[in-house]
Order: sequence, then C-alpha cells, then structure tokens
Amino acid sequence: MSGMRVNKYWSVAVLALLVLVLPRFVPSYAAFELTFVGAYAIGILGLVILTGTNGQISLGHGAFFGIGGYAVAILAQKLGVPFWASVPLAAIVSGILGLGLGLVALRLEGVYLALATFALAVATPSTLKHFKSLTGGSQGLAVPSLSPPGPLHGVITSEQWLYYVTWVIAGALFLLTSIALGGRLGRALRAIRDNEVAAISFGVNPQRYKTFAFGWSAAYAGIAGAIVAIATGFVSPDTYTVALSLALVTGAVLGGIDTLWGALLGGVIVEFLPLLVQKINPAAPSVVYGIALVLFMIFLPGGIARSIQAVIHPLRLRREIHHARS
Amino acid sequence: MNELAQQIVSGLATGSIYASMALALVLIYRSMGVINFAQGEMAMFSTYLAWQFAQQGMPLWIAFPLTIAIAFAGAVALERVVVRPVERAAPLTVVILCLGLLITFNGLAGWIWGYTVRTFPSPFPTTPLHIGSAAFSSQDLGIIAVSLLSLGAISLFFGKTKLGLAMRAAALYPESSRVLGVRVGWMLALGWGMAAAVGALSGLMVAPVVLLEPNMMQGILVYAFAAAVLGGIDSPVGAVVGGLALGVGLNLIGAYVPVIGTDLQLTTAFGIIIVILLFRPAGLFGRRTMRRV
Amino acid sequence: MHVRNRPLAATLAACFALSLGVGAFAPAAADEPGITPTEILLGGLHPYSGPASAYGAIGKGILAYFAYVNDKGGVNGRKITYKDLDDAYSPPQAVQLTKQLVEQDKVFAMFDTLGTPSNLAIRQYLNDNGVPQLYVATGASTWGSDGAKYPWTIGWQPDYQSEAIVYARYLLKEAPNAKIGVLMQNDDYGEDYLTGLKTGLGSKSGNIVKVATYEVTDASVASQVASLKAAGADTFFVFATPKFSIQALVAAAQQSWHPRTFFNSVSASATILGAATKAGGEDATKGLITTQYLKDPSEPSWADDAGMKQYREILAKYAPGADPNNGFFAYGVSIAFTMVDTLKRAGKNPTRKAVMDIANHLHETDNFLVLPGIVVETTPKDRFPIDQQRLARYDGTHFVPFGEIYAGRGRGR
Repeated sequence: MSGMRVNKYWSVAVLALLVLVLPRFVPSYAAFELTFVGAYAIGILGLVILTGTNGQISLGHGAFFGIGGYAVAILAQKLGVPFWASVPLAAIVSGILGLGLGLVALRLEGVYLALATFALAVATPSTLKHFKSLTGGSQGLAVPSLSPPGPLHGVITSEQWLYYVTWVIAGALFLLTSIALGGRLGRALRAIRDNEVAAISFGVNPQRYKTFAFGWSAAYAGIAGAIVAIATGFVSPDTYTVALSLALVTGAVLGGIDTLWGALLGGVIVEFLPLLVQKINPAAPSVVYGIALVLFMIFLPGGIARSIQAVIHPLRLRREIHHARS
Repeated sequence: MNELAQQIVSGLATGSIYASMALALVLIYRSMGVINFAQGEMAMFSTYLAWQFAQQGMPLWIAFPLTIAIAFAGAVALERVVVRPVERAAPLTVVILCLGLLITFNGLAGWIWGYTVRTFPSPFPTTPLHIGSAAFSSQDLGIIAVSLLSLGAISLFFGKTKLGLAMRAAALYPESSRVLGVRVGWMLALGWGMAAAVGALSGLMVAPVVLLEPNMMQGILVYAFAAAVLGGIDSPVGAVVGGLALGVGLNLIGAYVPVIGTDLQLTTAFGIIIVILLFRPAGLFGRRTMRRV
Repeated sequence: MHVRNRPLAATLAACFALSLGVGAFAPAAADEPGITPTEILLGGLHPYSGPASAYGAIGKGILAYFAYVNDKGGVNGRKITYKDLDDAYSPPQAVQLTKQLVEQDKVFAMFDTLGTPSNLAIRQYLNDNGVPQLYVATGASTWGSDGAKYPWTIGWQPDYQSEAIVYARYLLKEAPNAKIGVLMQNDDYGEDYLTGLKTGLGSKSGNIVKVATYEVTDASVASQVASLKAAGADTFFVFATPKFSIQALVAAAQQSWHPRTFFNSVSASATILGAATKAGGEDATKGLITTQYLKDPSEPSWADDAGMKQYREILAKYAPGADPNNGFFAYGVSIAFTMVDTLKRAGKNPTRKAVMDIANHLHETDNFLVLPGIVVETTPKDRFPIDQQRLARYDGTHFVPFGEIYAGRGRGR
C-alpha cells in the first residue's frame, strides 16, 4: 500500500515538473492549447465530484461554464475588476447558482436529473442572449487578455503566463479535491451514491451533502469557464451550447468519471478529440465522435483511466469494482 | 380576439408536433424506464429515408409504411446489438450511449443528405381551413388526427393485447416476468421498435411543417421532453395533452407576456420541467409515484 | 516568429528545393510565411459539425475552385493549399485553430472564416500578428467600417445593414406610410438587418409597428406571423434563414395575410421560393422583393450563362456529389475567385502587406458569378468589396430584376 502511495507522489511530481518546463519545448500555440486542457480538466473535475463520486448526473454543466465566463467578462468590462479577483468571484457566482440547482436536484433522480439538466443546457444560449444589457446579447462581450506581471514582462508571453496561471489553479484544485475526497467528505459522498439509506443510518445527511456537491462542482465549472473566456478573449452565447455540456460529460466519461486522473485525461480528450476526429473523417467528424462514444460505453464504460488501472493494478481494481457493486 | 384565436390554433398545430414526439418518448420510458435522447434524431433519420424513397419515385402510400417498418426493425436491431450490453449498467452509461447515438445519427444524415433545407411531401392537402377568423392548414389537422389515432392504437395495444401486457410487465417487474416465461429481452427490443415506429410517424407528419434538415428535431426534442413531463412521463394520453397544452401555452406567453416574449421559450420549457418534476412528479395524467429509496 | 532576414534558412531551402529537383531558380520570397516556391498556404474555418453545418458547403465550394485553379497551373506558378478546419461555429475553437494555423502551419493568410462570433474572436490576434484576415464570410458591417482599428481584416459580401437600407429607400419611395412588421432571427445577423432598416427609414422608423423574433430552436414561426398580422402591419420584412423564411411565407398565406413582402437575400434562391410556393401556394411568394448580388444557380434563366456553365463544370469535376443548385457552393466559388484574383495581382513574390494593399484596392469586373454590372471594388476609404445590389421581384417562378443598381452605403458608381 505504501509503495503505491510513493508511486502516486512520484507520478504527481513528474507531472508537475512536466507542466513547468513544457512551454520551453513546445511552440506558443501548443501551450495555448494546453491552457484549454487545464481549464477543461478543472471543469471535468467538477463532474468527477458530482457524478463520479456522488452519483448525480449533470448534462448541463456548460451553463455554469457560461456563468463563469460571463462573470469574468462583465466584471472586467463594466467594473474593471482584475483577473485575480474576478475568477474567484466567478467561482462564487456559479457555485451559488449550483447550490440552487442542487436543491432542485434533490427531488430528481437518475434519468430525471439527466433530462432536467439537458433542458438547462439547451436553454442556456437563448437565456444569455435575453439579458442584453448585461451580456451584450448575441454580439457577446470582449474579455481583456491577461498580461504577465511587471518583472516577467518580455520574459514570457501572455499566452505562457495564462498557461502557468491555469495550471497552478488546476494543481491547487486537484490537490484540494484529492484531499477532500480522500477524507470524511469523500466517504460521505460515495456512501450516498452507493446506498442512500445506509448512508443515513451512518449519520450522513444526504440532502446537505448532495446540495453541497452540486455547488462545489458548479464552482469548478465556473472557474473553468472563466479561464476559457480569458483565453478566447471573447464570450458569446454560441460558446455555451448544448454541445459544450455534452463535450464535458463525454470527456469525463471517456477519461474516467470516478478518478482524478480521469478528469485530467478528460481535459485532454475534450481539447484534442475534435481535432482527431476531423483528421479521421473530415466530411463528418461527428459520426466518428458518436460511434466512439457508443463503443466506449459498451466496451470500456469505466473510461480510459480505469482501463489503464486495470492493466497496472488488476487486483486493486477488481476489489474496487466489487465494492462499487455491493 | 382575432389574434387570440389564431394564436391558439397555431399553438395547437405546434403542440401537435411536440405531442407526437412526446408519445415516442413515453413509449420508451414505459418499456425500459429510460429516456432516449436519440429519439428525435432517429425520427429525423427515418424521415430522410422516406424522402429518399419518394425521390426515387415511390408513391407515398408505399414509402410511409415502408419507412415505419424499417424504423421498427432498425430500432429492434439497435436495441439487441448496442443497447443490450448496457441494459443493466448505471443510468449515466445508458444516457451517454443514447447521446452517442444522437450525435451519430445527426452526423450521418448530414453526411449522406447534406444540410440543405428540403421540403417534404405532405399526405394532406395544403389549402387552409377557417374556423371563424382563425386559419389553419389541413396539415395541422392531420398531425393532430394521426397523433390521436396512434394514441388510440397504443392504448388498445397496452390495455387489451397479451403482448402489450407482457411488455408492461417486463418493464415493471423484469424478474417475476422472467419467471412467468416472458422473454424480457425481446420485450425491451419491441419497446424500442415501437417507439421508433411512432417516432418515424411523427417525423413524417411534422417534416412538411418544420421542413426536413438534419437538425430539425433538436429544438423539438426539449419541448417534447417538457410535454412528456407535463402530461406524466408514463402516460400516452398525458403526452398528447401535454404537447397541445405546451404549444398553446408558449404561443400565448410569446404573444401576450412581453417579459418572456418569444426568445425565452426554451427557458420556459426548462422551467416547466423543473416545476412539474418538483411539485407534481406524476404530471397531469401519470400514475408514477416517486420512488423512495 | 516572422524573421525577415534568414540567409541560412533561405540557402537551406534552396538546397532542399534543388535536391528535390524543383525549380532551381525559385523566387526568393521564400521567407514570407506560407509561401514556398511551389505553394501558397491559406487557412480557413467553417462549421462542418454542429447546428451551423449547412455553411460548410461554402468551404467545399472554395476547395473546388482552388483545385480547378491549381489544375490550370496555379497562381504565378504556385499551387494554393487551403487548410480548412471545422470550428463547429464555436469561438473558443476558432481561436485555438487559428493560432494553430498561424503558428504551426504558418499560413500566409486566413481566408473566408465563417460566422460573426468566430471572426470577432480571432480578429485581435490576427491584427496583432499582421496576418491578413481576408474576405470573412459574414455580413456584419464592422469588417468594412473598422478598418482603421483592424487594417488586416476585410469582409466581402454586402453587409446586412446596407441590404436593409436598400429596401428602406425603395419602400420610402413606394409607400412612405407603410405599416411595417419585422420577423427576425434573434441574433447579431437579425439585429444587423433591423439596424439597417431603421437607418434607412430615418425619421420614418416609427413606421415599424412590430418586431417579432424567433430562435433557431423554434419549431415554427406561425405564432410570430400571427402577432405581426394582428399588429396591423401591411408590409412584411423577413430577416430569416431559409428554413424559417419558408415557414414565414407559408404561415402568412395560410393566415390569409397578404402584405407587401421584403425577403432577405440570405434566403432568396429560386429553390427556396419554389419550395415555399409548393407548400403555401402562389399567394405565398408572388410579388415579394429581395436584393441580389450573385447569380442564383437555381434560377433557370442563368442556365445558358457562360459563368454559370463554368461554375457547374468546376463543381461537377472538383466537388462531385455537391448539389450545384445550393447557393452556398456558388458563394464559395465566387469568393475564392476574388482570393485568387488578389493573389495573382500580388505578383511573383506576394507578401502579406502587398496582399492587404490589393484587398484595399480591388477593382474586379470579371467575377463570373457576380451579377453583371456589379463591381467588386474597394478603396482604402471604402472597404466593402461588394456593396452594390439589385432589387428583384419574384413573379411566381422567377426573380425579375428591376430598378437601378443600388449602393447601400451610397458610394454610387
């Protein structure tokens, strides 16, 4: 067991080092793409908490993405709030709205929750458009770019700076999540997912935990949306269509919805899978995408992370599956 | 007054579109307890098949039944091959699989037939009819009539035939049905097939109005969800009433409630889904009792 | 990234060219990104997936025309390679793909990226880096009017505002006291049209009695049409994409509403009007007015036109399976013609700057799909390549042009 933990620390350390030095070796646009990977990974981490750990389905996280993005745009443009303050504010705003939806979600289970959140995802763009004075309507809003602080000016580009900021945030959130899910909170969330009645008998209040998980997860999506908005330099309703929500869920499921590594892989998938499927079939990329999803659900429903683990630690996985089933 | 009548009549016409799609959703729900997110795209794909047949010169009275038969057989095959392996998996797995099918059918249709908007031959005359000052087309009337007919057929099937009863039993009590000799797996496949057939029929009816293109069902699907929830997700009668009520309601809101207007209709549909699920989860006609674990 | 003086690299490139046996005396302009002795590399973005994928046909039309030009020997000895990617109409994707095209693929210029949001999202970046953003496929007016701030960006088609201005001028002459009802898509495209209409009506913009909007997710616009009729409008403006335009015409006919109808050029093709006539009867379409600037491939009266024949041949050979009656293909071919024309005039050693300069001094009279009499023309002060349009009336089967050629922005001829 301790050997495994050492292994884990090593892999995290190697990953951190990689993140640190990567911009030296890859072109600027690649660092830019990796910024998106980091942002999507944060958003999917929220789904790992909500869906993977707590068992609540959300097909509407694109809405919180949008709230994060618009929060940063509106704060920056109308009030001149700087980045370091607007991103946490974006997290708070979408977190609060997430808590609200979480209260509703208490009454909905499984497929009903999927349905309601799907409707939310579809309704997001037209709702954003409606509040024109705030959101700029269909024209959208410009988001000022993030330039590196004084001493670093000229040393690194603003793209590289955003890359580092994103990955520091991502690293912090992954660490926080890892600790939280490894402790009491994680146990309670998992207990509720596996058997709500049993969880109650252990003194866990499912309503409070489930609502909290929704808010927590939405806050992550808000941060991710804020970063994407800054990287894009622009927010518009067309960005937050149902396709974005579905991409996030897809990334989570393909990566592995119940592990932190799955979130990271999910970020990579959301960013690069569209490019890959374009190469496979430029005429109809979505056909490849859709078929891949179907095949994954049939053959590898645990996602890539679980499949890799199955190769590396077959015994441990079998035990975990056993736990999940019982 | 004049406008009010017209808004109600055209609301009924649009509502019948939602109703016919909602009916297919309800069927799947009754047979499997899942919501098929790919329902709309499967209907769209079937409608393209009918269009293709008509292009080849096949008369409509052959092309339509043929399409419905293909949709039925295709969905049964799809259930056996693709859905079967995940039947017992977590709801999320089934949901994602359906989304995968949604994306695939949408992409396939675009790939094969392109994204150009096409008119679709209507089995009904196009001349407008008048009730007082309000005008509507016989097409609209046709959609409503066909929805009601399929509703009647479905009610008879589930209520009066042995097969229908077996299907309901298989969905509600799979284990005991198996003991009683019901082939549960096939019942589920039949459920998919029937839903696809009703969906295809719905596509054929609405395509002359909303016009044929790969994305024709995407907006409609959410309204159909809302209609199904409104009526009670396991009630075919509810689906039809819910669809019509939603169509009329949204039209009236769009025309007379400027705060919401015509641009927040999807948001309203989302709100309806939430409110109904929260306060009256059985909908207007459903018998579902909230499962308490 | 962009180094002007690279003797070593140039020598190496020359050696490489030699070793391949390609023209030993290659032009020396090899240090401009995206330009090699044998190739000009252009980048572009179109939605090939997602809700706007109908516009993907434009990209395919462009590829067909470039293939045709390449088969004829290319542009000043170079073949055009067009790297056209799918941005699914999503601005974040557009930004990433653009950076990839500029920094990894080192495209010479971006050409015909589709959609206002995507183009707005990439404009600052391209201008910061001095990469031409040529002939964007959107009708927003900002591409032409903000040239001082964004000199590397230019549009092509008539902007929606000036089209609406043309209608307004005509209407003011015909019926100065018309009661106007507007049906528009609820986005930047619809809004640009409405702005133009109000500008054109000037002090008479009070004539607009009702504006009804629809969303692309709506099943039907019958309700909106009923509201417009009930508001007492006698003049109907349809600012909608083909699907909803057909629905609007059919709904009006069914509700026995027969207003004077203006129909945005976005949807005005003979195929679409034919479809609306079939579904709603002759009353639904007869007499409606639109503007035109391209030849409509689905309009039978162009069948014997030399330009149209050429278009059909190109499509048959280089985009087999494409439906030539789809106006988006024609749009693609026509805009690609202007691009090729621009590159040709940039000479043997094209630079980004030179190409931009030419884009600001267009005078193209031979674009074979643009209507006769309309010139694709720009000056540094007037950066709207096509701003002339002609009014046409639908007689039940054909568009019949009438009146003079209008210039929406008042440039005149």
